[in-house]
Amino acid sequence: MTALTKLFRTTTFRLSLTYLALFSAAAIVAIFYIYWNTTVLLSRQLNQTIDAELKGLAEQYRGGGLDQLVRIVAERSQTPGNSLYLVADKEGTQLAGNLSAVSPQLWDSLGPVEFVYSRPAPGGVERRLAFANVFRLPGGYRLIVGRDIEDRRELSRLIRTTMLWGLGVMAIVGIGGGYWVSRRLLARIDNLSATTRTIMEGDLAGRLPVSGSGDELDRLAQSLNLMLARIEQLMAGLREVSDNIAHDLKTPLNRLRNRVEEALREPYDEAANRETLERTIEEADGLIKTFNALLSIARLEAGAGGENREKLDLAALVSDVAELYEPVAEERGIALKAEASTPIVIHGDRQLLGQAITNLIDNALKYGAPTAEGGNGWAPEVGVRAETHDGVAEIIVTDRGPGVPAAERERVLARFVRLEASRSEPGSGLGLSLVAAVARLHGGSLRLEDNEPGLRVVLTLPMEGDVLVNGTVPEPPTGAELRPT
Amino acid sequence: MRVLVIEDDQETAAFLKRALKESGHVAEYAADGQAGLDLARTNAYDVLIVDRMLPKCDGLGVIKALRTEEIRTPALILSALGEVDDRVKGLRAGGDDYLTKPYAFSELLARIEALARRTSPEEGSTRFVVGDLVLDRLSHKVTRAGEAIMLQPREFRLLEYLMKHAGQVVTRTMLLENVWDYHFDPQTNVIDVHISRLRSKIDKNFANPLLHTVRGAGYTIRDSAH
Repeated sequence: MTALTKLFRTTTFRLSLTYLALFSAAAIVAIFYIYWNTTVLLSRQLNQTIDAELKGLAEQYRGGGLDQLVRIVAERSQTPGNSLYLVADKEGTQLAGNLSAVSPQLWDSLGPVEFVYSRPAPGGVERRLAFANVFRLPGGYRLIVGRDIEDRRELSRLIRTTMLWGLGVMAIVGIGGGYWVSRRLLARIDNLSATTRTIMEGDLAGRLPVSGSGDELDRLAQSLNLMLARIEQLMAGLREVSDNIAHDLKTPLNRLRNRVEEALREPYDEAANRETLERTIEEADGLIKTFNALLSIARLEAGAGGENREKLDLAALVSDVAELYEPVAEERGIALKAEASTPIVIHGDRQLLGQAITNLIDNALKYGAPTAEGGNGWAPEVGVRAETHDGVAEIIVTDRGPGVPAAERERVLARFVRLEASRSEPGSGLGLSLVAAVARLHGGSLRLEDNEPGLRVVLTLPMEGDVLVNGTVPEPPTGAELRPT
Repeated sequence: MRVLVIEDDQETAAFLKRALKESGHVAEYAADGQAGLDLARTNAYDVLIVDRMLPKCDGLGVIKALRTEEIRTPALILSALGEVDDRVKGLRAGGDDYLTKPYAFSELLARIEALARRTSPEEGSTRFVVGDLVLDRLSHKVTRAGEAIMLQPREFRLLEYLMKHAGQVVTRTMLLENVWDYHFDPQTNVIDVHISRLRSKIDKNFANPLLHTVRGAGYTIRDSAH
């Protein structure tokens, strides 16, 4: 495809051509209409003037006879202007007036007529267009009154030429402008295409150029750039997951393999083998758990899952999970205090949110007890609250443990990150990553704060109320609820 | 109990068949959806174990087809897809329970035994009795040897579920799913603590314990004196 055909195929160019055609048609119609109307009006006016003058002269004739008519006509013929007169006998001999030879067509006509006459001009005779009416006098005499309309014809011709020129210029400017705009647009599109191609070829960090004019192409490029950023982020997540799998799943797998290999190498011992097998199953179960958690996080971060959102009472869910953990806390000698009595209605996935709250409480119970050496004088206590602030729901889980240093707070949300102090407790290091992923999926966030002393984890969720979620409209309250039952 | 296993992986199917036989059940096996559908239509089974991804007709399709034909044999779906959404899809298609691969055989066994029991008349009874322990579902009262036992609402539901499946093994996941309606896996074994609390209320002052731990599987409530 040559550059020119490519250009002609652009939408802009075709649009300019279409507009040009439509605009020209409209202009032609308008100009023609004005021209035609003007001509008709002028002719009618001319006709009326000539008629009036004819009648006036006829009055003179009736009052003063032929002589007076001849005198007046001769007099009026002297006045310079474009009026034409002729008084002639039945042979056509001129008695008075500034018209000489008259064509038979005019001579015999019964109404107003256009005709061409000759008049002396510098360097000869010129033929000009005129318009006249004939009045028949008794005895074959004729009175002719007319007007020279050569100037008007000239004007018409001028209008026609101007119109043609105008149309021509319009076409040239239109086509040229279309060409120019299209070329400019085409250059930008070509630029965008080229960038897209390099991104497709693997340069995920590449972004489309934004000219800064804020036009529709810029807005498109901005949207596409946001999309590219999201894709890059997802790809990075995927890479991270494979790295994680390589590192954190292969290690326990290797441990498991070593154990079995060792059991095979040793002389057969029923009891020892049994123990090895039991530990192998335990380890396999642990691996499955880690694997499931990893897959869940990956799915959530890819924006999948959570299709089963419903209206739910977040406060009820919080107290529910707290109740599940209450015996565990008691067993560990930790006071678990739940404050979530006021219903907080949000739109969410009960299972995912339940898992998130579970992970937060589980973490607080595991890592939130004041340590023996770093004892801070506080009694072990875990608090769980569900509150609302400025239209957002917050689940706050607090403990009195060693907390997380400010510098580490961002890092512990990442996958498999476990602080040295927590290594003694079993865990995969995926708990908080999952909570963060659930929060993000619900349009919320997770942040860690200092509980002075201890850790304070705040899970923020938007109170969506009646906002559309996943294209479903929350059911309006039914009247049945209001009726006494 | 007569079980139909619809599973395309030969080794898994052979393992299930063997293990079910060892547990005292009769297992038949179909290697694809169509064959499984034909068998389920013609024979009466107590439970179906259906793999979700099958050649010819997938697992959900098999169950849907059976349900439209009014064949209500309880079905357990086995799947590698473990998210809650997948689970909901499986249950919507007419499945009765959903188990994610990889699974422990004890979990599978406990679940199909519970499913087979669902069709028994005990399901709807208002009073459960195990030995001298009585649970009244209507008045929400629990007595042991005539003595009233005070239970929290959740403890009552826990005991109710255990007694409904008296004599059967009930796994921790089954308890989490049915008593708490949580379809995820808490990191800590929270269920164990709840069970030990319940045990202290119903078994503590009695010589004959009713609530037993089944090693590697879960819990069961039964009167071992008989």
